[in-house]
Amino acid sequence: MSLRGFTRRRLLGAAGAGTALVGAGVAGGYLAGSAAEPDPPAQAIVPFRGVHQAGIITPAQDRLHFVALDVTATGPILRQAVVALLKRWTTAAERMTAGAEAAPGGAVNRNPAAPPTDTGEALDLPAASLTLTFGVGGSLLDKLGIPRPAALADLPPFQRDQLDPALSGGDLCIQACADDPQVAVHAVRNLVRMGFGTTAVRWSQLGFGRTSSTSTTQQTHRNLFGFKDGTNNLKAEDTAALDEHVWAAPTDGAAWMAGGTYLVARRIRMHVETWDRTSLTEQESLTGRTKGTGAPMGATDEFAPVDLGSPLIADDAHIRLASASSLGGVRILRRGYNFVDGSDGAGHLDAGLFFLAFMRDPQRQFVPMQSALARHDRMMEYIEHTGSAVFACPAGLGDGAYWGQSLLEA
Amino acid sequence: MSARPVLAALAASLAAVVVVGGCTSTATPQGAPGQPGPITVSASDTACDLSSATAPAGTISFTIRNAGSKVTEFYVYGAGDRIIGEVENIGPGLTRPLTVEVPQGGTYTTACKPGMVGDGIRAPFTVTGNAAAAVEGDAALAAAVQGYQRYTTSQTEALVAKTGEFTEAIKRGDVPAAQALYPVSRTYWERIEPVAESFGDIDPKIDGREDDERDPGVEFTGYHRLEKDLWVTGLQPDSAAMADRLMADVRDLQGRVGTVSLTPLQLANGAKELLDEVATGKVTGEEDRYSHTDLWDFRANVDGSQAAVAALRPVIDQRDPVLGQTLDQRFAALDALLENYRSGDGFKLYTELTPDDTKKMTEAVDGVSEPVSQVAGIIAA
Repeated sequence: MSLRGFTRRRLLGAAGAGTALVGAGVAGGYLAGSAAEPDPPAQAIVPFRGVHQAGIITPAQDRLHFVALDVTATGPILRQAVVALLKRWTTAAERMTAGAEAAPGGAVNRNPAAPPTDTGEALDLPAASLTLTFGVGGSLLDKLGIPRPAALADLPPFQRDQLDPALSGGDLCIQACADDPQVAVHAVRNLVRMGFGTTAVRWSQLGFGRTSSTSTTQQTHRNLFGFKDGTNNLKAEDTAALDEHVWAAPTDGAAWMAGGTYLVARRIRMHVETWDRTSLTEQESLTGRTKGTGAPMGATDEFAPVDLGSPLIADDAHIRLASASSLGGVRILRRGYNFVDGSDGAGHLDAGLFFLAFMRDPQRQFVPMQSALARHDRMMEYIEHTGSAVFACPAGLGDGAYWGQSLLEA
Repeated sequence: MSARPVLAALAASLAAVVVVGGCTSTATPQGAPGQPGPITVSASDTACDLSSATAPAGTISFTIRNAGSKVTEFYVYGAGDRIIGEVENIGPGLTRPLTVEVPQGGTYTTACKPGMVGDGIRAPFTVTGNAAAAVEGDAALAAAVQGYQRYTTSQTEALVAKTGEFTEAIKRGDVPAAQALYPVSRTYWERIEPVAESFGDIDPKIDGREDDERDPGVEFTGYHRLEKDLWVTGLQPDSAAMADRLMADVRDLQGRVGTVSLTPLQLANGAKELLDEVATGKVTGEEDRYSHTDLWDFRANVDGSQAAVAALRPVIDQRDPVLGQTLDQRFAALDALLENYRSGDGFKLYTELTPDDTKKMTEAVDGVSEPVSQVAGIIAA
């Protein structure tokens, strides 16, 4: 063995342990260029660590890449493989949300014989408010032999569900939100890549045009029916309401979920072609809001209180059926996105709303809401729920903690 | 049969060092210390002028400038048109670097291919003296190469024998026997495909697919042509002649395999490329579209990948012990999965697989491909 080979081998070994040496060691003559990390952009970085996970009450970014994964590792190595992956994911996620590559010197690490450890398409792009939010499905708890919290029970069947198993469920999920779609896709792609051999993608969803505002600083966006969506959503500024409806309390039944929340994801296909042939009167009647300002029927201000006593709001209007007062005070934090997955082969848009909502207990909040809507909402004639999943999103991470640590080291 | 980009990647691996920055036009490769700067190549639509037609053995750098109007390519060939290095898709006005490692002195060939077709504008290129190859001074790497070369030799012998049985069955019109022998004879080919592909002209003849782009005047021949005769059209008047041609091409391969000196990097990249073949051609049922015997090829590609990794294992274990364990686990998972699809002496047909089956296979191949892709970087370090 030559001295040269020996030196490089040692440096590579160090790189395997995740140090920054590989860029410098293998680079040789490129040392100066690749050893220094690029400065993360000063703006648009959402802190990765905190009391709660980022990407829940963070002002909703414009773009989404959501992925649900199955754990493919089995047997005695299952738990160890999951822990190892979650640690790697956490390190990479923290780097990428700060605008850095998935691994130090990753995209152009100058070992020409090795595939780059970062895929590179986000090189030179700013952090773009990237948030990565992590969740665990009930199926993973079953595999690990950990009891499911009651809140993480599978959802019951709902009237008119047309769920595709290939677009539903999953052992793990990662929600990537960013102001730039390339940044969100890059993050998911690199995390998926790290998981090969331990996890496999079950389904994924790209989204654009956030359909909810999660902060009073944001305007309400429109869904693909052309209506403002999420006007009465819970907002980040209303901390008392978030504590009541979104964040799981230590007394809720699963200690590892304290400060966490549950995520319900539903892929809702919209039959936009038939909707577009529906009169404006009918569209507004179905919705219960005016299309222009988004105000409740009979009002002019979007944020005017909804008067459910008003005869102008039909008995089966969406706004009435989904309102907290019709549902015994139930509220949720919505964070959905529009999606268009091309066309369906019959010439219609394969499009709709990728509904994401965070709540303290899906059984107590989402289930009664969706049951009422599925049975009575006339809008159901224009939509179809094609995918469904529930995930537990544990609390945010303190220094040194990794995704899922509260669950796996309880 | 792989797509051209795979071939190009292989050529890069055969160059033993690397094709430096093939997609940038600004980086100027540095020659090894004590060597002159890059040899400049001025390529036009009608000429291919090198600033020097000779270089000392070792790392040789070229800078190719396309002054013509057509997109061009530049090649360095060894004996038997074995590709030592290549740069593709050099647009008019662009400059691209190519770095190759040529440890052995001798006569080589350079070529520009304006329009990217045909044999190109060729000229002899002389490499003087001899340089130390990567394996010299490293007994473990040398042993790895020797071990794998024994493997390719033995597989090539079996390929010649089994393809002989296969082509004889066709020549005597015994379709059932030929159909049974088709996936068996291909097994030996699929195990060593990256080595075979290093001879740019052999792979299209032996393993080309009907819809592949071919140079003008080149026929659709080889395994897949005979596969079509056996499963779709019935034997044709020229089937026997096609069988003879396949046999001749396989013997040609055998003759050339013995002359190749492999590099450790070629083993590592070959192991990865065999899995890429599985991912892009076998899991999709594309390769054996008439016979649907893709799982035989799948198994064989994985065998070949495992053989190359196994040859390198002592070096891998020296340099990254965790990677070796990961490779064992992932290959074992893929082996176990494939065992579920055994049928008699062979495998189920691709048409008997469900989407869930192919999803599981894709997951297992992804699982093993990721660590295998790390091997080359470790070997080159």
